Amino acid sequence: MAKPSKHKPKSNLLENLLPTKEVIIACGPGGVGKTTSAAATALTIALNFDKSVLVLTIDPAKRLANALGLNGIGNKEIEISDETFKESKLKPKGKLSVAMLDTKESWDALIKRHAKDQATVDHILSNPLYKNITSKFVQSHEYIAMERLYDLHSSKDYDIIVVDTPPTRNALDFLDAPDKMADFFSSRLLKWLIAPYKSKLISLASKPFYQIADKVLGNQFLQDIAEFFIAFQSMYDGFVQRAESVKKLLSDTRTSFLVVSTLEQVPALEARFFVDELQKRSLNLDAVILNKVLPEHFRSKYETEIARNIQEQAKILSETLSKSSRNDSYGADTYEKVFLEIASSFLNFQKVAQQEAALESEFADLVSISTKVPFHSEPINDLNALEELGKQIWMQN
Amino acid sequence: MSDLLDKKLLFITGKGGVGKTSVATGLAYLASNSGKKTLICEVDPKGDLARSFECARTPYNGVEINENLKAMSMDTETSLREYLRLQLKVPVIGRIGPLAKAFEFVSTAAPGVREILTVGKFLYEVKNNSYDLIIVDASPTGHIVSQLAAPQALRELVKLGPVKSQTEWMIDILGDPNKTGAIIVTTTEEMPVNETIELSKKIESETNVHLSAVIINQVLPELFSSDEEAAFLTLSSEENMKTMTEMLSASPETVMEAARLAVTLRRMRSEFLEKLRDNIDSNIPQIYLPYRFNKLTGLKSVKATAAALADEIN
Repeated sequence: MAKPSKHKPKSNLLENLLPTKEVIIACGPGGVGKTTSAAATALTIALNFDKSVLVLTIDPAKRLANALGLNGIGNKEIEISDETFKESKLKPKGKLSVAMLDTKESWDALIKRHAKDQATVDHILSNPLYKNITSKFVQSHEYIAMERLYDLHSSKDYDIIVVDTPPTRNALDFLDAPDKMADFFSSRLLKWLIAPYKSKLISLASKPFYQIADKVLGNQFLQDIAEFFIAFQSMYDGFVQRAESVKKLLSDTRTSFLVVSTLEQVPALEARFFVDELQKRSLNLDAVILNKVLPEHFRSKYETEIARNIQEQAKILSETLSKSSRNDSYGADTYEKVFLEIASSFLNFQKVAQQEAALESEFADLVSISTKVPFHSEPINDLNALEELGKQIWMQN
Repeated sequence: MSDLLDKKLLFITGKGGVGKTSVATGLAYLASNSGKKTLICEVDPKGDLARSFECARTPYNGVEINENLKAMSMDTETSLREYLRLQLKVPVIGRIGPLAKAFEFVSTAAPGVREILTVGKFLYEVKNNSYDLIIVDASPTGHIVSQLAAPQALRELVKLGPVKSQTEWMIDILGDPNKTGAIIVTTTEEMPVNETIELSKKIESETNVHLSAVIINQVLPELFSSDEEAAFLTLSSEENMKTMTEMLSASPETVMEAARLAVTLRRMRSEFLEKLRDNIDSNIPQIYLPYRFNKLTGLKSVKATAAALADEIN
């Protein structure tokens, strides 16, 4: 079998991507290593290019926050210090900052930006329904993530922003969130619902609703809600305009999408669907990252044959080894168990690897960059481990 | 642990991707096979149940999977209609499109309204004794608490009226550990384990539902006993490698390397098993389901999970 020639230098796949990109969005199903891949990508850029990079994470594991040298990542961006890099013996060419999305804080900031006066701000923020609404309504989490991204991008403080997307039931939700938000504020429903409280006159159309709703919930409760929405509606223009801008940024040529997945059945099919959907919407899907893939040798027929041989010859192998002159050898029974375990473990993982290969073929030739990252047997505990992961994703022979 | 299936209502939750549906369908299949009249419902109508049971769809009114097992999907509009008709004696004829939309709209704002339409449906069936066991393929960790706490939230919010009085019996059923239980499903990975620990605390502090079990899915097998592991290490000596290579007419190095990976994978994950043991109340049973190397889909997968659960529960 031909091995890749050794003298050919490794090239960084990001080199082709970076000159024209300002936003990189890592998306895909939950639990596949999206956040870590986004962080590794941002670190790779900061290490190898003279760029100021920000990674905006949604819900980093403690381990990852620690790996970045940060005890608590907050809503505000924090730059990773020279000392932190020095401790890991890394010399970045650019700069790396990190921020975490705090939904509540970001919503508060959004209200403050759009409300016409301080009284409205106070009115909304102190409403008992506010927290509930911002945490639940029309994909609030997805929307606020994209809104925050837009805000950071407009600030021009960073050359590149890498963002990971919130875990959603549907990986596409964040793409639709700006539209849904605009719809929500322009909906006739909203006007219809609050009209009676504005004019004290219930229209014929909404009368049955109010009759039932009053019966179910009591009049006071509905009035509380209406009051809240009346205050909210005063921000209509600002919100809709903003949602439009956020949407534009997502489809801008300067924005690049990465789809991250593992080669397990459910996530892989979801990711595959997502690839189609991004392309259907003419969004810039530039790379697919297949994460936590079993090592290549599990797919080898040659090695599988060896594993079968070990299984068949376990008895004679162990008898021979137990008679060895070495003084640390074990009994034939123990060795036999060991050989059977080794072989069956290989054959088990080989089955998994074959399913991975089948799923991998679903992603063939879909995008210009497709990379496979092996199962890292060490957890990502520090910057060096993250750097290593970045190399595995982006450095290719 | 066999009393798990003696309850009336089980909510199966966990971080997305850990195998909630697989555990829920496995439990439902197991219960129905032991003669219990069982209903399974998916709260997010994504079609997971239909895929698992290999049927076209699982409508709100339910579809019969076998003699004792029915599967349904939640639909808040239909649930609202049913609620109005059965509970408030308000008949709603035809489609309630705009009304449902308005209601949905309001329910986004009011804590507990949307949730109560979901949870209320199950509690109503429990109250009516329509099934021996209802298994809910519930919302993921982020949303389950607001569902389980919905009746309490609503009781505080709505000052009077029929809804308020209904929250009372709902709270009673939810809080009865003989009737209702929550089960958290997790895998042995960092984020799912962290969320499981957090959620177990939240269920205790923010709801009156009892946590009945933590089910740990996809647990990798322990490859070697300590004695075997020591023996395995001696295999790598130059002399032994040479002997094996001669006998096999090929080097076993890669196959042995693969075994090392299997050992490492298991070891990495056992750290999280320990974390669960240390952080979850020891009175709450932890059930292990082995990793499945043969990937199965549909009914075959359901049956395999049911068999694995039976081994652990009985």
